[in-house]
Amino acid sequence: MIRRNVLKVLASTSIAAVTGLTMTFGAFAADTIKIGAVAPKTGPLAGGAVITQWPNVELWVKQVNARGGLKLKDGQKMIELIEYDDKTNPAEHIKAVQRLATQDKVDFIIAPYGTGFNVAAAPIYAKYGYPQIAVSAISDKIEELTERYPTLFFTLGTTTSFVEGVRDILVKMKDEGKIGNKIAMVNVADAFGIELADAARPIFKDAGFELVYDKSYPLGTPDLSPVMKGAKASNPDAFVAWSYPPDTFALAEQAIIENLDVKAYYSAVATCFPAFAGKFGSKINGVLGAGGVDPTTEKMMSYRAEHEKLTGKVPDYWASANTYVSLQILEQAIEGVGSTDKAAVTEFIKSNTFDTIMGDIKFENQFSNKFWTVGQWQDGVFKGVSSINVDGAVPVVEKSGWN
Amino acid sequence: MDILVSGFLLAGTYALIAMGLNLQYGVARIMNLANGEMIVLGALAAFWAFTSYQISPLLTLFLAAPLSFIGNWLIYKFLLRPLVKRAKNQGQLEVDSILATFGISFALVGIMVSIHGEYFTYSFLANPIEVLGSTVAENRLVAFFIALAIGLVLYLWLNHTRAGTSVRAVAVNADSARLVGINVDKVSALTFALGGAIATVGGVLISTFITLDASIGVIFTMKALIIVIMGGVGDIRGAIIAALILGIVETGVATLVDPGLTLVAAYFIFLLVLLFRPQGLFGRRST
Amino acid sequence: MSEMKWGWPVIGAALFLLSAFIPLIADGYWMSIAVTIAMYTALATSWALFSGPTHYISLASGAFFGIGGYLVATAMSDYDLSFWLMLVVAPLVSALVAALIGFATLRLSGVYFVIFTLGLAEMIRNLVSWVQNNFLGSRGLYVLTDFTEAHIYWMLLVVCLVIFVFGWWLSRSRLGFALKIIGNDEEVAKHVGINTALAKVLVFTTTGFFGALVGVIIAPRYSYIEPNQVFSPELSFMVVIMALLGGAHRLWGPLVGVIPFALVWETITIAFPNSTTFFLGLAFLFIVYFIPHGFAGLIEKHWLRLRS
Repeated sequence: MIRRNVLKVLASTSIAAVTGLTMTFGAFAADTIKIGAVAPKTGPLAGGAVITQWPNVELWVKQVNARGGLKLKDGQKMIELIEYDDKTNPAEHIKAVQRLATQDKVDFIIAPYGTGFNVAAAPIYAKYGYPQIAVSAISDKIEELTERYPTLFFTLGTTTSFVEGVRDILVKMKDEGKIGNKIAMVNVADAFGIELADAARPIFKDAGFELVYDKSYPLGTPDLSPVMKGAKASNPDAFVAWSYPPDTFALAEQAIIENLDVKAYYSAVATCFPAFAGKFGSKINGVLGAGGVDPTTEKMMSYRAEHEKLTGKVPDYWASANTYVSLQILEQAIEGVGSTDKAAVTEFIKSNTFDTIMGDIKFENQFSNKFWTVGQWQDGVFKGVSSINVDGAVPVVEKSGWN
Repeated sequence: MDILVSGFLLAGTYALIAMGLNLQYGVARIMNLANGEMIVLGALAAFWAFTSYQISPLLTLFLAAPLSFIGNWLIYKFLLRPLVKRAKNQGQLEVDSILATFGISFALVGIMVSIHGEYFTYSFLANPIEVLGSTVAENRLVAFFIALAIGLVLYLWLNHTRAGTSVRAVAVNADSARLVGINVDKVSALTFALGGAIATVGGVLISTFITLDASIGVIFTMKALIIVIMGGVGDIRGAIIAALILGIVETGVATLVDPGLTLVAAYFIFLLVLLFRPQGLFGRRST
Repeated sequence: MSEMKWGWPVIGAALFLLSAFIPLIADGYWMSIAVTIAMYTALATSWALFSGPTHYISLASGAFFGIGGYLVATAMSDYDLSFWLMLVVAPLVSALVAALIGFATLRLSGVYFVIFTLGLAEMIRNLVSWVQNNFLGSRGLYVLTDFTEAHIYWMLLVVCLVIFVFGWWLSRSRLGFALKIIGNDEEVAKHVGINTALAKVLVFTTTGFFGALVGVIIAPRYSYIEPNQVFSPELSFMVVIMALLGGAHRLWGPLVGVIPFALVWETITIAFPNSTTFFLGLAFLFIVYFIPHGFAGLIEKHWLRLRS
């Protein structure tokens, strides 16, 4: 990589020169298998991608290369990784994927980070026949999208299933008499937050809950204390926030300041980040959030240890593992086919079962219906408490104060 | 009461964001699009010092401010002064400084991403405290008082000292200031550096209660531009009053109407002010 | 220049015809660059039609673009309306918004106008998010069509053509002349009997129209529309910067800003995949210091030298 970059830098006076160089150098590199990756390193989504996406790419490439590369019919091949920053901008992303496909001529591409980017890039993956095992993409349109794009796979679940996961937990707590039926719900007024809140309103109502507070706040609100004061004043039994990373942190901080006394506190994206516990320590014990893992299985433990050893970063307790799983699937499919035949690899993914750190994964209509929906911080670990078809959920506990 | 207390605290945050840019644009005539990055740099410094060495952000303040002052002085001296000298009129300088500071902001984002690409998040003084019957966070209260102190000192310095008077003279008319023997170049450089240092101090304080990341600077830049223009270019009182109005309007709307409308309301007020006072609250009618 | 009266349109038409054939030879990557260039050419040129002669720098491009992208996404996703209907409706809505902005900003000048448009664009963005959150609801806004990059490119090319023809007409019309006088001295313009308000608002309205048109055409490329993304303030800044890099005082100025800008951008992205942003920043500084009058200024200088 470094040598390649240096060469490119020297020649970067014009695009044509660079392109020519990549191609001639490509001829040298016949013994490698080229894998491309495009995701944000800067821009609004970068903070999440550098935790969930990039370290897993790094980890996987290091591991595969450490064992000598991917085993193909004509011998083992080392992975050559080509990565680009999409700057959290769809137009940049499209350009970068096109570049990987037509200029770098990579053999495979690791799926993007973020729902919007996966959908925007899907036509390109489909056009060139690259399998796209989407992880950080949650949608209620999976059926329509997979029908439209035959190379697109979904692994992290649907919007509705996430809301239903939360509902199931709350219903259980209500039935056990731990909470009443009053929910304060807030959401960030951006695509995913709006979608989740919209799905949640009827689902919570049908389960017999009353939304005593239901407000949105704009992306980038600098002060969420009025929101938390409002939620507290509505005297809820449970608090649900369909939130994004910066506000997930801010809401928890305000809940601590205001001492929001609820037995169930849920916030969505980034609750599972190690930095969340790093910031709040034991205070967030009992906080519920999107995602979860079963940290007790042997495979998961060794994955987490390797992740920390090889990348120097602690993985999150949700999509980090799913991202790694998607790479394991890609790896096993390539080795199963034994070549870089993209169509054959795509077919292989559709028709086989994969042995991953989350257990066996199988796609039905390009959708893997096996994922965590709700997790909970319990004694410094974010454990899965509700899932679709994954074993190892622990019982949910009620939150008792912010200490 | 909640609204007033929270509103004032938010206003403190906004004042921290905008006072630096107010000086830089008002005196040195630089529309600094890298202002937000100076704030984020302060936040990064505070985060790094706190998580690596357990240094309190209140101490980091005293390290980061002089460093930022020197850094901004160098930026002005080497990157921006050539543009000022070259510009034939204010319009030309505006175009050039937009392009140049846009470039600087990109470069700074790139540097910060390579230092720490994740969120800058840590806990400092995140404790509740009662103020006039309303619960607020200690870290916001501290930031508010420091903002107040900075604003007060700036105001007194600008209006009651010789140096401050020459700064104001440059702000009003650089050419006339030169005629009465003021070293416009030196005053501009120092004011630009001071503005940058204030932004960095703001960043250090803001990082104690807002989670930032390397790319978020542009959001602060936009907010600062809005506040500075609403207050009127070149008057420190304007920036503070504008910050106050926005803080109270945002908190009021969030509490009484709908938190979803806070930013809408803030921008609406800004637009209204400009419709009735096209030169901002305290701005001079320019020609 | 007078002997060249018909020379430029002929050269322009020839270039336009040539560029229409690009999709036949370019691969996916070059197509994606071509689409980007066409998109920014349309946005920056229509921006410069107003801001070039009047020196009013508008940061509302993101709002107009967003109105186009958002309306087509909502209409197709939630109301099953056709893309083509929105291609007509959205630009008209946006033009109306632009006209309102135009009237509202008549008293503003200089930096106050700049930041007013920025604040207004931000208000629209937040208002749209709020309305969608509370009244429309949504399960995601998808714009799924069968358009390829080539289709999008051709549509944008037509938009560019219309803008250039309009700009060419404007530059030799009474309206364009009036704008130039306003740009030089607004008081003088008033004294010689120009209805400055009408002139400014009329031309600004076209900027709004074309901005939304481009937004509608680009929406199928993004496929999934997020209000906060499509009403991007970043886009407003990029449009201004590209137009200024080229030179806003010539009709072809933004074009010669957009093309080298896109190519330099790509070169840097390829050469420094891990620190793209940093080197882009340096490139900006380099351009500002060494190409002081934009690319148009550079070309004109060499052109004059060549002729003398």
